[in-house]
Amino acid sequence: MLTFVGRRLLQLIPTLFFVSVLIFSLQHLLPGDPALVMAGEERDPAAIEQIRQHYHLDRPLPVQYVYWVKGALSGDLGESMRLKEPVLSLIAKKLPVTITLASIAIVIALTIGIGAGIVSAVKKDSLWDYAANIFALWGISTPNFWLGIMLIFLFSVKLGWLPASGYVPLTEDWRASLATMIMPAFVLGNAIAAVLMRHTRSAMLHVLESDYIRTARAKGLLERSVIFKHALRNALTPVITLGALEFGTLLSGAVLTEQIFAVPGFGKLIVDAVFNRDYAVVQGVVLVTATAYMALNLLADMAYIMVNPRLRG
Amino acid sequence: MAEAALTATAGATLAASVETPTARAIRRFKRRRGALLALAVIAIFVSAAALAPLISPYNPDLQTWTAVRKAPSALHWFGTDDVGRDVLARVIFGARASLLAGVISVAIALLVGVPVGLISGYLGGFIDALFSRITDALLACPFLILAIAFAAFLGPSLGNAMIAIGITTTPIFIRLTRGQVMAVKVEDYVEAARAVGNPHWRIALVHILPNILPALLVQATLSIAAAIIAEAALSFLGLGQQPPAPSWGSMLNAAQRFLVNAPWMAIWPGLAIFLTVLSFNLVGDGLRDALDPRSR
Repeated sequence: MLTFVGRRLLQLIPTLFFVSVLIFSLQHLLPGDPALVMAGEERDPAAIEQIRQHYHLDRPLPVQYVYWVKGALSGDLGESMRLKEPVLSLIAKKLPVTITLASIAIVIALTIGIGAGIVSAVKKDSLWDYAANIFALWGISTPNFWLGIMLIFLFSVKLGWLPASGYVPLTEDWRASLATMIMPAFVLGNAIAAVLMRHTRSAMLHVLESDYIRTARAKGLLERSVIFKHALRNALTPVITLGALEFGTLLSGAVLTEQIFAVPGFGKLIVDAVFNRDYAVVQGVVLVTATAYMALNLLADMAYIMVNPRLRG
Repeated sequence: MAEAALTATAGATLAASVETPTARAIRRFKRRRGALLALAVIAIFVSAAALAPLISPYNPDLQTWTAVRKAPSALHWFGTDDVGRDVLARVIFGARASLLAGVISVAIALLVGVPVGLISGYLGGFIDALFSRITDALLACPFLILAIAFAAFLGPSLGNAMIAIGITTTPIFIRLTRGQVMAVKVEDYVEAARAVGNPHWRIALVHILPNILPALLVQATLSIAAAIIAEAALSFLGLGQQPPAPSWGSMLNAAQRFLVNAPWMAIWPGLAIFLTVLSFNLVGDGLRDALDPRSR
């Protein structure tokens, strides 16, 4: 296990290097003098000169990159031009909101996705199976911003049951918090539930055909125990790894969902930054999401090894 | 002469008894009613986009201040928007932005991804390691966030949104092509092609590429679906098609502010995105089943 983690961490180094090069080069896609564009409305030559100094824009590209990476490694992702605040502290402030939203979304996705996957595999070719497959197709084909708008229309405008937008921290008032979070979390979880359902269904179908399931049934075990104790345990292993790939969907989805429901998280931060030409914030958010995504995938791989004894070295 | 005719007849009989892989795939695809229906829906959207000026009831940019936010009626089937433009006309013209973005961004991804994957998988070694790490890096950034970042730095426009989505879709094709090439290049027929002295480029293009086309076709169809959603998302955020030019995503953005008084502004463009994306997904699933040699 340790050697595995060590090897995976080593593999991450070149990937992280290219990620950093990619994000660093983004600012050179800007048309014209980056210092001038990054200054935005600011036309004061002194301020522009300060940006040029801060980003070392007067130095050759590789030198600029080294400065940028050095800064990033010591936690300096630059400063927000608009909010005059370090990018890292901005991200640290917004991250808990997105993590809360994403966690509720994952719970929703796991419950619906794995539940529907089991039912459709066990009752293959039944009405339930068709319904679950249609749900999955609907889930991956519905743009989540449209789903969000339609839910607001139904539950906030027509029925008046839930607030259309806003955010209350869990620690402040958990009821109000859940009321504001349930729609965005459902929107975010919906697409992932669809993918999880498909993975669970195919894994369960595969496992249910194996000899040990036939043995378990032949022993006269209750069908419930065969499905949950024998089949599901083994079926969930591939679902973990494949499900982990959905972290990216989750992070991408959060951008739109937070925008629609005015949740002041990480996704809203990047959108606001894009509109205010706050480029350092955009770069910082991409860097942090990419790093988080890689870390989450590493954790998923470790979980995969832990639940699958055959892979333990 | 007679001999030639005899050979031709024999060839025809053989062709009739041995189904070509393409014919088999078409026969299998035709059995899937969902996929066929989806293909018809795509055809309708494509014709609507192509013939937009002919079939659209109104000019999509025409603002009629006497008909602001009118509910669907015989005059305006899908209603009108906040500045009195016909929603149906905008949905029809919006199909152009969505379909173009879907096809062009996937074309960019194919044009870059397939050659890179082919070289990477065929040559192996250092080049493969280098390309693979770059692919990993691109895949490490969540799809939409990277597309937003590219679109933000390139500047908001439909063309830049297509480039942004194209770049973000590319690593999927690099990885798919590479994997397929590595599986195919150890096959006996590739070995045979090498043994008779074919140059590398000929082996890669003539002997390997045709064999990985089915997998690429399936992925391309599914990627068009994802690209259409991504374009709508970027336009929704204001990073794609710029107003007043119509696009389904930006229509939804405007609709958000008028949910109480004019919900139809949100329903139709959303439904259009949903139907198009659903159809591409269904066709992609259908193609996968039809082209899979293992399934019957």
